[in-house]
Amino acid sequence: MWAFNPSIPSIKREMPSRYRLEGFECRDCGFRSLPPRQICPRCGSRNLSRVRLPNRGRVLQHTVVHSAPRGYEFYTPYVLALIELEDGTRLFSQLTDVDPEEVTQGMEVEAVLRKVRVGGHGGPVAYGLKFRPVLKR
Amino acid sequence: MMRELYVIGSGLTKIGNLWDKGLRDLAVEAGLAAMEEAGVDSVDAVFVGNMMSGILNAQENLGAYVADYLGLSGVPAFKVEAACASGGAAVVSAAMAIKSGLFDRVLVVGVEKMSDMTATEDVTSALATASEADYELFWGASFVSLNALIMRAYAQRYGLREEDFGWMPILMHKNASDVPYAQLRFPITMESYLSSPKIADPIKLLDSAPMGDGAAAAVLSASERRDGEGVSVALVGFGSATDAMALYTREELVELKGAKLAAKRAMEMAGVTPRDLQVLEVHDAFSVMGYLNLEALGVVEPGKASRLIESGDAERSGSLPVNPEGGLKARGHPVGATGVYQFVEIYRQLAGRAGPAQAGSPELGAAMNVGGTGSNVVVTILRRVS
Repeated sequence: MWAFNPSIPSIKREMPSRYRLEGFECRDCGFRSLPPRQICPRCGSRNLSRVRLPNRGRVLQHTVVHSAPRGYEFYTPYVLALIELEDGTRLFSQLTDVDPEEVTQGMEVEAVLRKVRVGGHGGPVAYGLKFRPVLKR
Repeated sequence: MMRELYVIGSGLTKIGNLWDKGLRDLAVEAGLAAMEEAGVDSVDAVFVGNMMSGILNAQENLGAYVADYLGLSGVPAFKVEAACASGGAAVVSAAMAIKSGLFDRVLVVGVEKMSDMTATEDVTSALATASEADYELFWGASFVSLNALIMRAYAQRYGLREEDFGWMPILMHKNASDVPYAQLRFPITMESYLSSPKIADPIKLLDSAPMGDGAAAAVLSASERRDGEGVSVALVGFGSATDAMALYTREELVELKGAKLAAKRAMEMAGVTPRDLQVLEVHDAFSVMGYLNLEALGVVEPGKASRLIESGDAERSGSLPVNPEGGLKARGHPVGATGVYQFVEIYRQLAGRAGPAQAGSPELGAAMNVGGTGSNVVVTILRRVS
């Protein structure tokens, strides 16, 4: 039996990005992404600053997972999505609190803390920021 | 003065769930066949292409392991890993070693023994390690779901319908049906393609390469070896390149930047253009990947790859045969061996020894081997010398 298991130390290390959406901004070319890096992957600059990314955005592309990796079966079917945040930063996450059939391109979403992976199989319970549809007021 | 590089021998095993053959049996079968075909009983080094032996077989240190069972202990030997492009990366490593002048003759063995891990979910998880663990796998992504995002974006960008993706697997199954070592030797129809279940929307089961065991090997040499008809095959160009690991950090989902770079480098070294290529091996792990490969090679405009396949031009008898042995989809995709299968297939096509898969008498051919979702790519170009 083999599965992807985030270790407890790795969960701790990734906390700033996973739970606070901390990323970087390149002061030279303006590229923003997460997790924080030393060198801008677009222009090679080392002139980067840490930024807190916005917690709202829209769905650019998505797919529905029916057959999940071990540790993720509990949540099937779940939606994996490429999301563009309000500042243009792209990231990868899951959608939550939505019927997979009702996901549309461009759907407005916001970050919310959710359980990502159940324990067992020798791995810890892991949490992360999933995205849910923004409620219309 | 740069040294020339020749392929002087090749060996392949059948691909499939080969329950009675282990990792070492497969590597030895292909490796010995290649050395026999080359007429040599020694080499200066062994490069082993493999992706997942640590996870699947609890066996690493494959350089020493394969050299030992090939009776070659003492030679320098290493495993080369570049996800699904491990085989191509091993070929390129051997080529670099010979070009450097350090070695004159090198054995390349690509091998993957997948069926020992009997639970498919485990193999799926192992394959997914080609993607970024902390920012892709953490979210429950698999290799299939990442490719599904690419396929959906590609279909939208170019306005493609479901059936446009069916032409690739249909041709692959047709090609593999008479290839003795292929894994899936049966034809499929557009009807069966369209009714095939979706494994990660929009990817269907029949868009996807099967899991299988297999090994392929080639002997590369600085010295030419002509066959009875005075024909030899030279490795005239090779190039590798990387792209961003995680899909979300790329500017484009529907363009394989690394693949384009690798192709450009290989073609520059060979002094050829895409129009010169006469037979191709592309990495159709999923139908959309096959299309993106053809576009990255520059043999077809972006968005037009499905039309190339649909037109019949890519058939064995067409103007530009693509994967005449069935590609990853039907010949099979023993991951770390795949790049070496592709390389050997181009070699045999040029040497006129591809058997039932022989696609005319091409003189120049290229193989594109892709790791991850395009994050590590190898292109090799071979030419017939006569």
